[in-house]
Amino acid sequence: MLADTLGRYILQDYPLDARLTAGASDIGYAPEKWIELAELGVIGALFSEDDGGFGGAGFDLAVVFEAIGRGLICEPFLESAVLAGGALAVAGSAAQKARLEDVISGQSVGALAHFEADDGCDVRFVSARAVAKGDGWVLSGLKAVVRHAGAADFLIVSSRTDGQAGDEDGISLFLVASDAAGLEIVDYQTIDGGRAAEVVLRDLTVGADALIGVAGQGAAVLQHVLGRGLLALSAEALGLMDVIKDMTIEFIQTRQQFGVPIGKFQALQHRMAEMLLEIEQARSAVINAAASVDMPGVARERALSAAKFTIGQIGTLVAEESIQLHGGIGMTWEHSLGHFAKRLVMIGHELGDEDYHLSRYIRLGQEAQNV
Amino acid sequence: MDLNYSADELAFQAEVRNWLSENLSPELSYKVKHGQRQTKEDTEGWHATLNSNGWLANHWPVEHGGPGWTAIQRHIFEEECCLAYAPRVVPFGVSMLAPVLIKYGNEAQKTHWLPRILDGSDWWCQGYSEPGAGSDLASLRCKAARDGDHYVVNGQKTWTTLGQYANMIFCLVRTSGEGKPQQGISFLLIDMNTPGIEVRPIHLLEGTHEVNEVFFTDVRVPVENLVGEENKGWTYAKYLLTYERTNIAGIGFSMAALGELKTIAKDQKRAGRSLADDPLFAARLARAEIELENARITNLRVVSAAAAGGAPGAESSMLKIKGTEIRQELDNLKRKAVGAYAAPFVPEAMDAGFNGPDIGPDYAAPIARQYFNNRKISIFGGSNEIQKNIISKMILGL
Ligand SMILES: Cc1cc2nc3c(=O)[nH]c(=O)nc-3n(C[C@H](O)[C@H](O)[C@H](O)COP(=O)(O)OP(=O)(O)OC[C@H]3O[C@@H](n4cnc5c(N)ncnc54)[C@H](O)[C@@H]3O)c2cc1C
Repeated sequence: MLADTLGRYILQDYPLDARLTAGASDIGYAPEKWIELAELGVIGALFSEDDGGFGGAGFDLAVVFEAIGRGLICEPFLESAVLAGGALAVAGSAAQKARLEDVISGQSVGALAHFEADDGCDVRFVSARAVAKGDGWVLSGLKAVVRHAGAADFLIVSSRTDGQAGDEDGISLFLVASDAAGLEIVDYQTIDGGRAAEVVLRDLTVGADALIGVAGQGAAVLQHVLGRGLLALSAEALGLMDVIKDMTIEFIQTRQQFGVPIGKFQALQHRMAEMLLEIEQARSAVINAAASVDMPGVARERALSAAKFTIGQIGTLVAEESIQLHGGIGMTWEHSLGHFAKRLVMIGHELGDEDYHLSRYIRLGQEAQNV
Repeated sequence: MDLNYSADELAFQAEVRNWLSENLSPELSYKVKHGQRQTKEDTEGWHATLNSNGWLANHWPVEHGGPGWTAIQRHIFEEECCLAYAPRVVPFGVSMLAPVLIKYGNEAQKTHWLPRILDGSDWWCQGYSEPGAGSDLASLRCKAARDGDHYVVNGQKTWTTLGQYANMIFCLVRTSGEGKPQQGISFLLIDMNTPGIEVRPIHLLEGTHEVNEVFFTDVRVPVENLVGEENKGWTYAKYLLTYERTNIAGIGFSMAALGELKTIAKDQKRAGRSLADDPLFAARLARAEIELENARITNLRVVSAAAAGGAPGAESSMLKIKGTEIRQELDNLKRKAVGAYAAPFVPEAMDAGFNGPDIGPDYAAPIARQYFNNRKISIFGGSNEIQKNIISKMILGL
């Protein structure tokens, strides 16, 4: 239902040109479209009824993000709703959760400032520090490539109140207004449309009320929301792949060389057949991840890593093959294929690439066996 | 075949290395290494520097100004240039047109055009592809009709690399509609400043302007600019393509890219260890390195077997496929190696003298751009699918 509404909206009210312009703008998305999409219920679908939404389950995420992928949408659904909003929803105090209403209506945008340059995307490798001072904390450190941080009203920042990089314990999450003194946000464009930023914590002082959940216990919260993020990205990638596949089929049926449509060449038919097989594998991985994301335990984590590994591998394959089969025209800015392909490849670089998730899948399996 | 360099070859390698260290400016080499935009003047300056030492046209016969190097020497030279981050020699004049003129051009053409390639008087671009004629190049329609001492050219070329800098274009044109399409093609040299030519930019997916469309409306070209015989252009075109393909294999580029990748992998930290120590990454890197070493030897084998100074025939298709696959795999690994820092896209950082803040490590900035841009190398020069068709037919006899 919502997927249909969203699909129709994108088709009729938010053409690709406008989306590309929005992605390349100083804000990195179109604020008025963001509000319209929120009014359609797209953000609400990512939250449970308890949190003021009307969905929030794995399959809700999958459906919405698949449509986001199909539409090459650059608005901050992942950053504001799934990651930042998700952290508030799962661990925030009543006062903190009060923000969710504005998040769901699109009035307030959040981002999760968690990953760091050297962490290898492992949740436990937080180096930023939060030192207790009075009844609050002073934060210092550097957060890398935080998508949509420049346009955010608030950030959820992970910092270490205890232990050292690599420890699961000792990570805490803080809710910080993006105009707070001591917070420097260096923002820039990204190659796939949209913006990201380096977030510098320069002795950023926060009060006791900034802490989200229990001090030192942030890793579990992160794992929860990042897992939902993996599902969201995997579903987005699937949507992109379906569009790219359809574009490529249509192209090889119409492009003529040697007096026939190039789709008549068996060499290309086999390439398309392989693309289809792989995309169906990716679809299954996303379904499995959607079914697992609301369960506790290692099976959830493995299914999510499996999905991100799968779409990482297959996403690159689909992007590269589709450009190749388009020939020169696929290399141009003017043709929409390249924009879909760029986003698809760059999804591989978010929340851990295929190698990271393959290793994590192995490690989780070994740990489970040793228990 | 002896794979170890002889004492003479080692001395030659040292000579090249030494010369590069004295003649390649650090600023220029920095630009190349960091993927910054090279200006027309950068390229022209580098061509002139090479030419001043007689090294620009290093595969030309001695009588036309070549240095008389062996295949091994040429290989050493290319590798050293890449490893020193010298700018790429723009191949259209010196490596594509020149071999055709030397083999098929008349004396007047050789004496007129070859020196102008050497001294940089002309910047050539390649007018082969058309919107309707890519892989099926022989179906090209850009027409040249004889009118007294001129051909009158009408039609369109596309994907013309660096056409915005060129003053000359070599074109495949249709001079006859009779017989097989291959039989009515001629090879024509056209001055880009002739009235009736319009060049329009095409922007590539990562934003750069390196290719163009070129439109011809009643463009008058003197008949002495026909190379070889009328309607025999297909033969010359194919001969040129063997040079183009051998060039695209780019073993030297891959050697440089491999070195860079190793440096990046050591520098990148992943959860407490260096990326170079990540077994999955290390395995993929090692695989690429082995493939490259094998391809390097294949290249040497094939190039040494070809006639002295010439390019190989159908074997050039082999070199092109393997060479481009390896280059693209190395681009892929570099992209993966910088993790999230592949995403930042700061167009100004492409220009020399950019002094904004580095986003992430300084080597990260051009990597995603280069990865997307280099998807072209399996498409142009005849796509890799077309190369496989050539191998099936010409080498396997299928
Ligand atoms: C960046 C760039 C620079 C270029 N520079 C130049 C230049 O300077 N001068 C110039 O003349 N040209 C240039 N080209 C053009 C290039 O040579 C063509 O793009 C190339 O020949 C492919 O043609 P096409 O793009 O029309 O693709 P198409 O021929 O339409 O091919 C589309 C797909 O079909 C496949 N295909 C076609 N026929 C067959 C077959 N029989 N069997 C199996 N598969 C097949 C192709 O491999 C490809 O995957 C450039 C191209 C690019 C992208």
